[in-house]
Amino acid sequence: MKRPLMLAGGAIVGTVAILAVLAPWISPFDPNHINVKWILLPPSIEHWCGTDTLGRDVLSRMLYGARVSLAVGFVAVGIAIAIGVMLGAMAGYAGGRTDALIMRATDMVLCFPTFFLILAVIAFLEPSIWNIMIVIGLTSWMGVARLVRAELLSLRKREFVMAAESLGVSAMRLVWRYLLPNAMGPILVSAVLGIAGAVLIESGLSFLGLGVQPPDASWGNILTEGKDNIQIAWWLSFYPGLAILITVLGYNLLGEGLRDALDPRLRNQH
Amino acid sequence: MRRYLLKRLAGMIPLLFGITIISFGIMHVAPGEPVVIGQEFNPKVSAEDINRLRIYYGLDKPLYEQYWNWLQRLSVLDFGESFAADHRPVLDKVLERLPITIWINVLAMAFIFAIAIPIGVLSAVKRDSWFDRGMTVFVFIGFAIPSFWLGLLLMMAFGVQLSWLPISGIHDYDWKQMGFWQQQWDLAQHLLLPVFVSAIGGLAGMSRFMRSGMLEVIRSDYITTARAMGLPESTIRYRHALKNAMLPIITLLGLSVPGLIGGSVIVEQLFSIPGMGLLFYGAVLARDYPLVMGITVIGAVLTLLGNLLADVAYAWADPRIRHGGK
Repeated sequence: MKRPLMLAGGAIVGTVAILAVLAPWISPFDPNHINVKWILLPPSIEHWCGTDTLGRDVLSRMLYGARVSLAVGFVAVGIAIAIGVMLGAMAGYAGGRTDALIMRATDMVLCFPTFFLILAVIAFLEPSIWNIMIVIGLTSWMGVARLVRAELLSLRKREFVMAAESLGVSAMRLVWRYLLPNAMGPILVSAVLGIAGAVLIESGLSFLGLGVQPPDASWGNILTEGKDNIQIAWWLSFYPGLAILITVLGYNLLGEGLRDALDPRLRNQH
Repeated sequence: MRRYLLKRLAGMIPLLFGITIISFGIMHVAPGEPVVIGQEFNPKVSAEDINRLRIYYGLDKPLYEQYWNWLQRLSVLDFGESFAADHRPVLDKVLERLPITIWINVLAMAFIFAIAIPIGVLSAVKRDSWFDRGMTVFVFIGFAIPSFWLGLLLMMAFGVQLSWLPISGIHDYDWKQMGFWQQQWDLAQHLLLPVFVSAIGGLAGMSRFMRSGMLEVIRSDYITTARAMGLPESTIRYRHALKNAMLPIITLLGLSVPGLIGGSVIVEQLFSIPGMGLLFYGAVLARDYPLVMGITVIGAVLTLLGNLLADVAYAWADPRIRHGGK
């Protein structure tokens, strides 16, 4: 066990992913089944995490909520990586004025309060899971762009790149075959950490009622109900939040661990 | 120093333009026009009415002209009127909500500073001790915990179970009858949880950053020199190392402004604090476009100002930058 924290992170990430995929088969109840006899039951052997104001089983809703959170996390990060890699590669490869222009734009978006931006866009579009994925993706590519640019700038001066260039390899091919593969490590790390961030933003939006819309379950919108019933039903607030915490923690641990493993220079600094 | 300030201020101009372009862009990617939304099925609004509104709001003009007009109005701080029933100017609405939001964020920032720096320094000095390990766990949890969940838990513990602290608003209902100091005490009680919840993420990040900064400085040559000269370890740590490790913290402070301002939506909604975040939330729900756009622009400008302040503080603290050296 050389990296216990990273393994723990990986185990959490894996478990949550499996639970999410298997949700339809392992959920003890139908997540949307309303039962007036079961309203706000505290946790018991039958309902591990209690029931909500409509008598729905909270554990089942949380299992389905995991699907939503992970789907948003993966798609949003996919979009962010695509934009970030494209802009970063352009800036890092072309250099000069293109580079300056792209990096200025990146700095600009970076100093925008992103959460305001997301909410502003949601105000104009309907809140739906697809819109959330797109909006989170569109507002979180900046870190990746900077990172890819920096990697490419340093890689461009290496001998193997200069050799390829002098052999007449096209720019497109140079970037795709020679430069980007060598920048994969940092990109992967920021993707893993990005999923953690996206899960947090999605749950925040859903908590505000501007994310995943009921009756679809999401960790964030169960917490909204928890807030409304804070005096009488602690389990509605406790368990979904714990799920978010553990999931985000898992991705963070995995990401940090990968960063250390991929970059030996950092090994002694933490 | 003055030259540096002027240079920084000039550098803000393209950023301000960028902000307005992004904001204007968002307004126009939206499907449907503001004048039409909500009126499609209204039998009292005819096609001519909609056209009249369109001309009134300038929506019939080409996009660059609309942008230019909007920009001209922005430059004299005219953000338009709210769509809400009171039709008050956006600027008035924001200004009356702004102080409490700024207060909470400033207090959160002060709290982060007061706690994170000692934690970071101690972790670095006592590296790999139990304290350091415990703080590492705290940092990871601080990064991963959803602020609104932490807020809910604290509300449950201190508000509902123990009844020590109020859980919503910024005043008790009998605020007006209280004496001055009683009012301050009441306000402090109401702000304690929101400030703590706003600060938690920054607290984790800042103490981590402080720790690695301190570790780096301790390894540098001048610290070795100081040691070789036989200076007491405490003087080395707290006079020479700490000062230099503090520098990058100032930049981080500037970078944390967008997060704090954005986060105020969640914190204010959670604790029902009548600040800019809650105003923004209400505006988003009500589709009050002028208010949404006004707050977005104002929030971005505030962020820029925060960054500028941090840069100026950095220059003030670091003579190398102040004197325009490399």
